[in-house]
Amino acid sequence: MARITLQDLAHSYSPHPRSEEDYALKKLDLVWQDGGAYALLGASGCGKTTLLNIISGLVRPSQGRILFGDRDVTDAPTAERNIAQVFQFPVVYDTMTVRENLAFPLRNRGRDAAYIAERVARIARMIGMEEMLSRKAQGLTADAKQKISLGRGMVREDVNAILFDEPLTVIDPHMKWELRSQLKQLHRQFSHTMIYVTHDQTEALTFADKVVVMHDGRVVQIGTPEELFERPAHSFVGYFIGSPGMNFLDAKIIGQRALLPGGEVVELGADYGVLAGGSRIGIRPEHVHLAAEGGLPIAIRRVEDVGRHRILRSELAGRDFNIVLPEGVPLPAAAPRVAFVPGKISVYVDDWRIAPPLSERAA
Amino acid sequence: MMQKVQNNKAWFLVLPVLLLVAFSAVIPLMTVVNYAFNDTFGNNQFFWAGLEWFDEMIHSERLHGALGRQVLFSAIVLAIEVPLGIFVALNMPKKGFWASLVLVVMALPLLIPFNVVGTIWQIFGRQDIGLLGHTLASLGIDYNYTNDPIDAWITVVAMDVWHWTSLVALLCYAGLQSIPQAYYQAAKIDQASRWAVFRYIELPKMKGVLLIAVLLRFMDSFMIYTEPFVVTGGGPGNSTTFLSIDLVKMAVGQFDLGPAAAFSLMYFLVILLVSWVFYTVMTNFDKTEAGQ
Repeated sequence: MARITLQDLAHSYSPHPRSEEDYALKKLDLVWQDGGAYALLGASGCGKTTLLNIISGLVRPSQGRILFGDRDVTDAPTAERNIAQVFQFPVVYDTMTVRENLAFPLRNRGRDAAYIAERVARIARMIGMEEMLSRKAQGLTADAKQKISLGRGMVREDVNAILFDEPLTVIDPHMKWELRSQLKQLHRQFSHTMIYVTHDQTEALTFADKVVVMHDGRVVQIGTPEELFERPAHSFVGYFIGSPGMNFLDAKIIGQRALLPGGEVVELGADYGVLAGGSRIGIRPEHVHLAAEGGLPIAIRRVEDVGRHRILRSELAGRDFNIVLPEGVPLPAAAPRVAFVPGKISVYVDDWRIAPPLSERAA
Repeated sequence: MMQKVQNNKAWFLVLPVLLLVAFSAVIPLMTVVNYAFNDTFGNNQFFWAGLEWFDEMIHSERLHGALGRQVLFSAIVLAIEVPLGIFVALNMPKKGFWASLVLVVMALPLLIPFNVVGTIWQIFGRQDIGLLGHTLASLGIDYNYTNDPIDAWITVVAMDVWHWTSLVALLCYAGLQSIPQAYYQAAKIDQASRWAVFRYIELPKMKGVLLIAVLLRFMDSFMIYTEPFVVTGGGPGNSTTFLSIDLVKMAVGQFDLGPAAAFSLMYFLVILLVSWVFYTVMTNFDKTEAGQ
């Protein structure tokens, strides 16, 4: 096991990249701590899988270095890196039994039979497939196959990290929860470094201690689920995390105030000075509440009842604006107005969050 | 359950197909059956012969010889073409310009009419003007497919391999292309050897197309006529006289219609039987594997 460091890493699939557009993965520096549970979150095609394949050695980066501990493995082949990877679609060797499948990586590494038998038995118990060991892998259900894929990864004791590439895509919803909590349990038990690629925020937030959000080939934020929710560093994180995502309003920032296009004023609770560029303010739907007077006028278009709360789809200053209404709060009558929870407003310039000045954040 | 509606008029819709099959298969076959059980001296006069022709054919030394050569030929051809086809498919480029080019080149032999293939090899092997024959002769190798039975066999087998390996290769190639990339990646992570990748990933995924390839190649090689007939005419002596060639000699050359008809029927049944056994065994094998 080792810490995994990505240094100045970038990758382009075209042999002669000219502009930044040609890079599937833009330059990044990243450290994965040993034993961490990470999620790599982003929309499809944002470079998540490329990054994963670079770590496992299936893809060689066009530039930069990869270190496992202090060892440079940029040019090391996959087998040498001792990485386990579970793919989106379960990969099992159809003609082998479950037992042979689990033993395969050890057998290829020339381990002796007694050791293999001991490891396979242990892993089978761990993934709950002891009774199926003698069955052919062909014809098993998708989740059983995916468990075998996982087991094949974990059967080696010395794996540096286990990588998951959207492993639950083909799994039934009710099995997803079970498998995910099993993964979580395995992580606690063995504390392998785990990197879990997904485009599903629930999956990412429930699995990981740290979530790495990627957008358009770039890592836009690394943080705990709470940080991603409370202080999205990039407007994409705001959109992507949360359901519905963060509300954004064009605004001119002057000192402690944000000036909306319609002339409305929002108090920011901190002095940002004067900001140049396309500035916006962002507020989570959970941090908006209805106000009797004062606040900003909205036009409600639709109410969605999702069970434990309702979502008000409305319009504010010409923009879509969502509000989460806790249970029991009555719908507003005519001319509804909203107010924002102080201190929960984020300010963005060109999609990046501007941290509020420290001295005033305490206030 | 829903009440099933019986509509007997629907049978009329099957009629065109029945007619077509009758004229294309059943009636010609029955003519052969007719000849097989009768003796005829022309003038459309038939005398009942019972199983006499079948009896004669089953005990015919000549037929046994042809059958032996036929089985040997099919076995050799399958033993070369299937592994070679797999090997070629494994080494074909997977995508890009070269993949398209190789596909076209590979398909070419399949598009050449059978007797043209025979003519090509007939000339190719000649000692006086043929590229192969002349080259071998100038190297001091005594190669003459019209005199030497071994040389004749080598020529006929080489021709069939040249003509049909593409088919096996193209079918296997299609099977290989359907394997998701993740399998190869997983194998790399599991540190599988090249052989293990072939044995546990590629071969299992190719099994379906291989079954078809072997079946097609067996049937075709067992019925082969045109190419060896053009190259060797069944000679030297009877050394390359396969079942079809012998059958034509008997039916058209000697005009022994009765024995030839009996021969045809048995020939047909043998191919049918072997193909059926082969297919059943392979599919059953598949089922037990999936079931367990």
